[in-house]
Amino acid sequence: MTPDIFRILPEVVLTLVGVLVMLTDASMSPKSSRRLLGWVAALGVLAALAASLWQGTLPAGTAFYGTVQTDAFSTFFHVLICGIVLVAILLSIDTLPPDRSPEQHHVGEYFALMVFGAVGMCLLTSAVELLVVFIALEISSISTYVLAGYRKQTGKGPEAAMKYFLLGSFATAFLLYGIAMVFGATGTTEVREIATLLPAARSHLFVLLAFGLMMVGVLFKVSAAPFHVWTPDVYEGAPTPVVALMSTAPKVAAFALLIRLLYGVFPLLHPLWMPLMWVVAAVSMTVGNLAALRQQNVKRMLAYSSIAHAGYLLTAFTGSGTEPIAAVGFYTAAYAAMNVGIFALLSVVGGYDERRSSVTDYRGVLYSSPLSGGLMLLFLISLIGIPFTGGFFAKFYSFTTAMQGGAGWLVLIGLLNSGIAAAYYLRLALSMALPSAASAKAQGLSSVGAGVVLAVGIAALATLALGILPGHVLDAAHAAAQSFAAIRGF
Amino acid sequence: MNDPMLFLPLIPLLPFLGFLLNGLLGSRLPKALVSAIALVFPLASFALVARAAWMVHAGLALPVVEHDAPAWIVSGAMHIGFGLALDQLTLVMLLVITGVGFLIHLYSVGYMEHETGYWRYFAYLNLFLFFMTTLVLAANFLLMFVGWEGVGLASYLLIGFYIDRKSAGDAGKKAFVVNRVGDFGFLIAIFLLLGNFGTLNFSEIAAHLAAPAGLSGGTITLICLCLLLGATGKSAQIPLYIWLPDAMEGPTPVSALIHAATMVTAGVYMIARAHALFDLSPTALMVVAVIGAATAFFAATVAMVQTDIKRVLAYSTISQLGYMFLACGVGAYSAAVFHLMTHAFFKALLFLAAGSVIHGLSGEQDMRRMGGLRKEMPVTFWTMTAAVLAISGFFPFAGFFSKDAILAAAFHQGAVGKALWTVGLITALMTSFYMFRLWYLTFMGKSRTESRHAHESPWIMLTPLMILAALSVSGGWVGMDRFGAFLAPVTGTPANAGDAHVELMLSVLAVLVAAAGWFVAHSIYGRSGSQSMTESLASPRRVLENKYWVDELYVACVVRPIEWIARYVLGWIGELVLVRGSAWLMAGIAGLCGEWLRRWQSGNLRSYAAWLAAAAAVLLIFVLAGTLLGVGGFAQTISWAVR
Repeated sequence: MTPDIFRILPEVVLTLVGVLVMLTDASMSPKSSRRLLGWVAALGVLAALAASLWQGTLPAGTAFYGTVQTDAFSTFFHVLICGIVLVAILLSIDTLPPDRSPEQHHVGEYFALMVFGAVGMCLLTSAVELLVVFIALEISSISTYVLAGYRKQTGKGPEAAMKYFLLGSFATAFLLYGIAMVFGATGTTEVREIATLLPAARSHLFVLLAFGLMMVGVLFKVSAAPFHVWTPDVYEGAPTPVVALMSTAPKVAAFALLIRLLYGVFPLLHPLWMPLMWVVAAVSMTVGNLAALRQQNVKRMLAYSSIAHAGYLLTAFTGSGTEPIAAVGFYTAAYAAMNVGIFALLSVVGGYDERRSSVTDYRGVLYSSPLSGGLMLLFLISLIGIPFTGGFFAKFYSFTTAMQGGAGWLVLIGLLNSGIAAAYYLRLALSMALPSAASAKAQGLSSVGAGVVLAVGIAALATLALGILPGHVLDAAHAAAQSFAAIRGF
Repeated sequence: MNDPMLFLPLIPLLPFLGFLLNGLLGSRLPKALVSAIALVFPLASFALVARAAWMVHAGLALPVVEHDAPAWIVSGAMHIGFGLALDQLTLVMLLVITGVGFLIHLYSVGYMEHETGYWRYFAYLNLFLFFMTTLVLAANFLLMFVGWEGVGLASYLLIGFYIDRKSAGDAGKKAFVVNRVGDFGFLIAIFLLLGNFGTLNFSEIAAHLAAPAGLSGGTITLICLCLLLGATGKSAQIPLYIWLPDAMEGPTPVSALIHAATMVTAGVYMIARAHALFDLSPTALMVVAVIGAATAFFAATVAMVQTDIKRVLAYSTISQLGYMFLACGVGAYSAAVFHLMTHAFFKALLFLAAGSVIHGLSGEQDMRRMGGLRKEMPVTFWTMTAAVLAISGFFPFAGFFSKDAILAAAFHQGAVGKALWTVGLITALMTSFYMFRLWYLTFMGKSRTESRHAHESPWIMLTPLMILAALSVSGGWVGMDRFGAFLAPVTGTPANAGDAHVELMLSVLAVLVAAAGWFVAHSIYGRSGSQSMTESLASPRRVLENKYWVDELYVACVVRPIEWIARYVLGWIGELVLVRGSAWLMAGIAGLCGEWLRRWQSGNLRSYAAWLAAAAAVLLIFVLAGTLLGVGGFAQTISWAVR
């Protein structure tokens, strides 16, 4: 028998680290550098990552009266989320404004919030009781809301946080209503019991409404169209290192939740949610890509690009069997690697103060800082989906899964979309390759610090590894899908 | 696996190492070291290929397939590895790619000497070799696609090498966009293959096809047509040819390597590689043959009036690729590959010689301002002459053998074949004409350069010219019969060999046609040359004008109508719809969406909340109404919901 506490070990580690960071911050003299806190937080997340890997060696099982469950599925997403948060923290250590700037006394909070957010995201992937799911989602969301408004002195920071908070709460309310209705229909909030009780549910209208409402909540979190309206404004207003985190980790967790809902709670409604995913996927990628075409601001462009990628991800759900779970798992990993990578470089090259924000501002970057520029190209190539990068293989796998599920037309739409998408990624690439008129020296990677180098290095290696030798991650994703199938009997 | 000591993975990996070294460190290395790195790795690759060829000659049985290559993608039933395979077809391709590729690297050392970004150029060039060798060594469609995308990327980078020229950037973008259309077709074919066969390995697909209970003809034709769309993109065939003439914005050695000798032949290689599929679909083969013949004819007519020396060669390349497609379409895959090989020799030579001329004239590309260069540039002149004779199809130059094989194969394919043969023969006439036109305008007559003293190129550029000239002369002597027999294990033997009498007649006819083309070119351009030599100052201007009058007439009678068709039928599809159309469409849609988005993406929180509420309502209606009305896939849910 595994003690219950081991089933939430990564979350416990992260919580302790978060508290430690806060306390240390409070006990430090106001004038001393807070960089140390970043390294503490990074080490803590590393420990949580190790704990997650160790959890993977445990036999699958539940704890705390069946509210959390660890298995290959939760391990996969735990490791992924810890990895993303680790990279985001490393990145922030060196790209946050220097000491003694107006924000200095918030740096401790910043790192603590990142770690606390990770607690919620991790818990979200192992929770199998809908109220725990809701609480986990709120933990993760609220830390992200605060982080989004970290740049208090600019007008856009608080605006972004406020929008994100209000709209996010609005969407979470839908989820909560959905949970209430499921409870009304089945008398339970445990995922496994709901699935078994659904066929004999008291009111089918309630089940359908519950399903619809919960979908609204989750699709908002993954920023799929038409629930995407918040994304560009929030990404533009939030500090770039925060966007690196919030465009990836919460989304990865939300996709885990989506899998949990579709395959864990509502497998019965498969004939219903498959066409729903079809439509949402098609709309997301089309809206995301077309809107990205006209963006001049790089962060807004990438915000729309992330909407399009949510569409490619959702495409996989039209596959049959448990293959979509593996495809989505793999795609989230590849997406996280390339998206964290590009935003990391944007925070270096564009600067925390965003002295470069529009596409034309990036002129000449390839010459003034060849390494940063070259790596940006790598991430752009992966986002376009050119072979030997994670982005290509993830898309290939997602589309293959959809094809096997008979969604040929959706794949066709997806391929057309990835053709259109190349245009705006290339626009940025071309701009970087053009000789710049004003030879403003861009900040190079090496001049920034070890944290950024590590962060970008991890992201770049992951992007390449997922494209060249995806074997291990693919196996893990398959194991995740399998463990899910074994327990759900899908 | 018999004798695996071929080191197949090293063939692509060596140039990749060169790319890494030059790409990462090149900016800090001295020029000589950059050149050494750029040359050594392709040479080592070539040595490995040559060694493999020698082992095959000494009795190594082909194909050698590296089954135990590391798995790339293993997912459920899908298993795709980094498998490499060497068979006769791949061996020929590799010899051409690494051999001609190395020569062009060598030439580039001289040609690019004064360019900034010297290291960048060679890094890209090595990267290209990496992807191109991967493309032909791949044992499955997906790895081949990797190479396919990769060469496109390298080509994009090299076309846009002169990044400060706006036209170069535009040309690169055009090539990329048009090729994306082709890739789109290729990817759909890959998904269809994976869906229908569950594998992407060439050998396994061939085994599936050999089984009697095969697929429906419709599916196979669909797959073939999708593959063909990919091939027309990469090999610049109608309707996707439009990017190649613009691609001449790149440095001339790049045009020689990528846009003449190797990358653009990838489409031909792909069709030959997938011939088991094409053989099952007569419809698809017919489309291939017609596209090939039409492209060959059309591009030749355009080549006849170009004044830019590189553009003549660009259209000529499109035309010659058309011949190869024609050969594939009539099932003569080995003839297509034969022509691919000889074409690589003489077309690379033509481009390099043209590059030597351009280099000698300090960047002049307009043939109207050339002339009389045979004295100043004797080596370039003589090697170019060999290439011109080869492409025109004179016996015993290389082009004669391969073109003859293609025309003969077409001739034996019934009534349609006869028609295609006629088109091919007329194209041969035009080919001979425009090549000798180029030859006369460039080397004969009196110099029309503006007092610049032309100079012969350095030896590092001339050596590759001479080697390629030797190959252009002798490259066809192996003969179609022996070459076809060598490739037979891969491509199969063409069904019918006509009787020797007819064959001889066809050959003689082909040479006569080539001679006729020369004669026409001589009577228009040659005489002016000799006159201006003897009568010196008096008439050259007028003769020149006359000559352009001939051009005008030809333009009015022949080119205009064809161009009209090309521009308003094909061009609209190609240029307008694909390139500008897509841009306009994107701009238009983006503009429309913009208007629409501006309303919603106003930054106003209340309108966002309203939007979310509306979207939620739509989703709920979708869920409820879909279930209650029982639309499509909802039928199963109904039976449960309305119990």
